[in-house]
Amino acid sequence: MIKTEHLSKRYDRVTAVEDVTFEVRPGEVLGFLGPNGAGKTTTMRMLAGFVTPTAGKAFICGHDVEAEPLAAKQRLGYLPEGAPSYGEMRVRRFLEFIADLRRLEGARRRQRLDHVIGRLQLASVLEQSIDTLSKGFRRRVGLAQAIIHDPPVLILDEPTDGLDPNQKFEVRTLINEMARDKIIVISTHILEEVAAVCNRAIIIARGRVVADDTPLRLAARSRYYNAVSLQLERPEQLAAARAAVAALPSVAEVEVSEREVRITALPRSGAAILPAVSQLASSEGLALKELHLESGRLDEVFRSITA
Amino acid sequence: MRNVGIILRRELASYFATPLAYVFILIFLVLSSWFTFYLGGFYERGQADLQPFFAFHPWLYLFLIPAISMKLWAEERKSGSIELLMTQPVKVWEAVLGKYFAAWIFIAIALALTFPIWITVNYLGDPDNGTIIAAYLGSLLLAGGFLAVGSCMSALTRNQVVAFILGVAACFLFLLAGYPMVVNAFQSWAPQALVSAIASLSFLTHFQSIARGVLEARDLLYFAMLIGFFLFTTTVALDLRKAD
Repeated sequence: MIKTEHLSKRYDRVTAVEDVTFEVRPGEVLGFLGPNGAGKTTTMRMLAGFVTPTAGKAFICGHDVEAEPLAAKQRLGYLPEGAPSYGEMRVRRFLEFIADLRRLEGARRRQRLDHVIGRLQLASVLEQSIDTLSKGFRRRVGLAQAIIHDPPVLILDEPTDGLDPNQKFEVRTLINEMARDKIIVISTHILEEVAAVCNRAIIIARGRVVADDTPLRLAARSRYYNAVSLQLERPEQLAAARAAVAALPSVAEVEVSEREVRITALPRSGAAILPAVSQLASSEGLALKELHLESGRLDEVFRSITA
Repeated sequence: MRNVGIILRRELASYFATPLAYVFILIFLVLSSWFTFYLGGFYERGQADLQPFFAFHPWLYLFLIPAISMKLWAEERKSGSIELLMTQPVKVWEAVLGKYFAAWIFIAIALALTFPIWITVNYLGDPDNGTIIAAYLGSLLLAGGFLAVGSCMSALTRNQVVAFILGVAACFLFLLAGYPMVVNAFQSWAPQALVSAIASLSFLTHFQSIARGVLEARDLLYFAMLIGFFLFTTTVALDLRKAD
């Protein structure tokens, strides 16, 4: 379990993190969201014992990070921001070095090394020095380092930054697989990632927690939640369709995109407008290319909360 | 304690994974021979000892050791690898000792590679090999002292050039503490006890007594305490500001 109590970090005049309190339980994958400079990395560094909090406490599996740093660090796998490592080392030697520090021995050491090398597809670069690797490989070496000792708690600062779409998919699959029996905290500024891997999201802005909910319920806060979007076959029907949709009593607002020939109808709070809109479309004789119900836009919620 | 060994091995290997080790050893050997033969007048003196060889070591170390020590912590800060290291289950002092001893062993290797001059002097004459061994030990301790000072300076900054300059300046002060220009400045007004206290902090006085072949407990203790003090300071400096 991860627990923080009123965690705060102040530098001279700047407050990086202010009174952050939350708990994460096994099986939860927590996504840390926030604009750059909001305090995500500082919070994660305090959890990992790299930054000393000005006030408050952090616990990893019940161990106070400041009072019992070794016990906390043994239970934690941590990927620092930017996945730093020792550039002159070969990948194999680097992973062996971490395995030694993590006290992996004998058959288990071999098995864990083989596992992370296979899982993160590092076999082809084992004898290369880390300096010569691409950004994607470097990030995967950092991930391998974080999971090599099979820790119950994983804290990953931007685990998919710099990866191509295939690699992102691989890493997300890996996180989803590990999510069953671990506590995972990831930070990201990619919102689709939160929907893909997290079952809980905390949004931080200016050092404070401004939202803490499941990604679905966060998206439901969007103006676009239950909005209906119709794409028309014929552009000349656009003006008439717009007027008709706007006249529906449960529709609060209508947005039009001329380029896409698309009308988006936003409902009054809580109203379900799909039946009314589809009925309207057939009675008005609109030629529809597409009609769909939106589940809410996370990026819009993110912007409205953090701006 | 096992972590000290693990970190030491990694560090030592990293010296030899880059050109640093080879450049350093080459420059060290070239300069130490050049000082011995040209400035020290190795042949002209007509004496079978290594006094001219060891006499220049303090001045050689003054620039070469900070060049090694500057990267100890400043580089870790710059590259961010300090975050990786400090979030492993490792105590700060274990990392400090591991990195320090790796650098010291590396310098010991460079020093050991000066063995041809020891063979030369044995070939040319009949030197007191006991004195030579003591002088090698003194030189190694001196290097260790410089290195500990440099390690502390490196822990204070993320900029290696700053770490180098601070290292040279601090080592220079410790070297000069026993020299007349420092001692005289205090002698006219300060009590004798303070003057001797400052003079006794000097690297040179302690090194020279060992280099003459006199292995005294107080000289060994001096270096042990000096190294201990600066490594402790390094640990405190890192603990206070790991992330900056």
